[in-house]
Amino acid sequence: MTTAPSLDVRGLAYAYPDGHQALFGVDLTIGRGERVALLGPNGAGKTTLVLHLNGILAAGAGSVTVAGLPVGKKHMAEIRRKVGIVFQDPDDQLFMPTVREDVAFGPAAAGLRGAELDAVVEKALDRVGMAGYADRPPHHLSFGQRRRVAVATVLATEPEILVLDEPSSNLDPASRRELADVLRALDVTVLMVTHDLPYALELCPRSLVLSEGVIAADGPTREILSDEELMARHRLELPFGFVPGSVA
Amino acid sequence: MGAGHAHKLYRRGDSPVHGLPPHTKLVAVLGFVLVVVTTPREAVWAFGLYAALLGAVAALARVPAGFLLRRLVIEIPFVAFALLMPFVVPGEQTTVLGVPLSIPGLWGAWNILAKGTLGVAASVLLAATTELRSLILGLQRLGLPSLLVQIASFMIRYGDVITDEMRRMSVARRSRGFEASGVRHWGVLAKSAGALFIRSYERGERVHLAMVSRGYTGTLPVLDERPVARAQWAAALALPLTALPICLLALLG
Repeated sequence: MTTAPSLDVRGLAYAYPDGHQALFGVDLTIGRGERVALLGPNGAGKTTLVLHLNGILAAGAGSVTVAGLPVGKKHMAEIRRKVGIVFQDPDDQLFMPTVREDVAFGPAAAGLRGAELDAVVEKALDRVGMAGYADRPPHHLSFGQRRRVAVATVLATEPEILVLDEPSSNLDPASRRELADVLRALDVTVLMVTHDLPYALELCPRSLVLSEGVIAADGPTREILSDEELMARHRLELPFGFVPGSVA
Repeated sequence: MGAGHAHKLYRRGDSPVHGLPPHTKLVAVLGFVLVVVTTPREAVWAFGLYAALLGAVAALARVPAGFLLRRLVIEIPFVAFALLMPFVVPGEQTTVLGVPLSIPGLWGAWNILAKGTLGVAASVLLAATTELRSLILGLQRLGLPSLLVQIASFMIRYGDVITDEMRRMSVARRSRGFEASGVRHWGVLAKSAGALFIRSYERGERVHLAMVSRGYTGTLPVLDERPVARAQWAAALALPLTALPICLLALLG
């Protein structure tokens, strides 16, 4: 396989059709197998950035490269397979009538059928601990289970990089921990967009801070969270009583 | 397709009727209904035989009579119309218990009642032995355009989600002291309906985004393409094919 980084973003700028500019030249590189948190206040451009990673939005300027493959019309199907985005609301992500059909959607769109497809679906569900739920309709699952199935739907296409949008939102503490266990066990590059700073510290050795459309900081998560001045400047706040240095 | 989407008409089971591929059952019911409506209304005996045939299918599917009869209630609005016919249709009159009734009206009422009831009963049996999701897959195999299949699939998937959203909005309204009790409150309800529409529309956009992100290019993949054995077709078509000679006899008679 290639030695290119999983994700390479160079000088990415984007303005919405209404003229509102969201990104002002984003540069970032994520190596293979890294787990990186993308932090930033509301309106910093995090979602806009995420939608560039699989070509839903086309860059105004700059480039996005996934495992050496430039994001663009030419390789769109391949890019969408390589970049697995898990959206925030699992009811948006899980659109098929049963869990099995939903997990099968991506690989089937890529042309897989029959026993091969069944095996891929089983494996993806197994990786998130949901193997027994294949024939359930998504709305009969708990929120935490739906979130894990949502992760399975993108794992099924063996993505180069898994992009999670607020993975811990609306989860109770047990589901939150279960999802963390699942994510830690995966051997895939992860970019996690989150406001849940303790979760970022728990799962991601490295963090990026996106603020006002540029990468304002890039470094070890613990250092970033401990830099009070940096945190305050970018409207990032730790939960009451949480001291990053005191967590093992 | 396993568990789930247990709608009120469906009755879980593993009878031979449940096991038939959905599209063969759809064709069988359509064929049966066509045969029934073709039968002349004067052949009362033929309708008795059709009912017996459906009874046999229900027994085979282990659908109890009570279950079937309760679901026939949906027919009542149409029956009400049929019951009017003996009083309003002009023509030869007869007297039953001192009430003058029109003979063509009586035949017309019987025609609607008999054919309607048989059609509804056949459909209820189909719904009782086939899951909603399978029905849509069956329609897909019968060549229903992909766009309609997708719309129907999303209705199944998001019906509950949207109903839930509607319920939450209603709880929120009532929590702030609103009780819809008259025409004056319709404005509020209309605005809620509008808000629900916009929310659903926006959800639609998010869902589309999620679909495109996973390689959607306009069609949902068909996953179930198991070939259907000739014996399964034969079993499903046994219903209309048994009804057909009855109809032919009635037409000749």
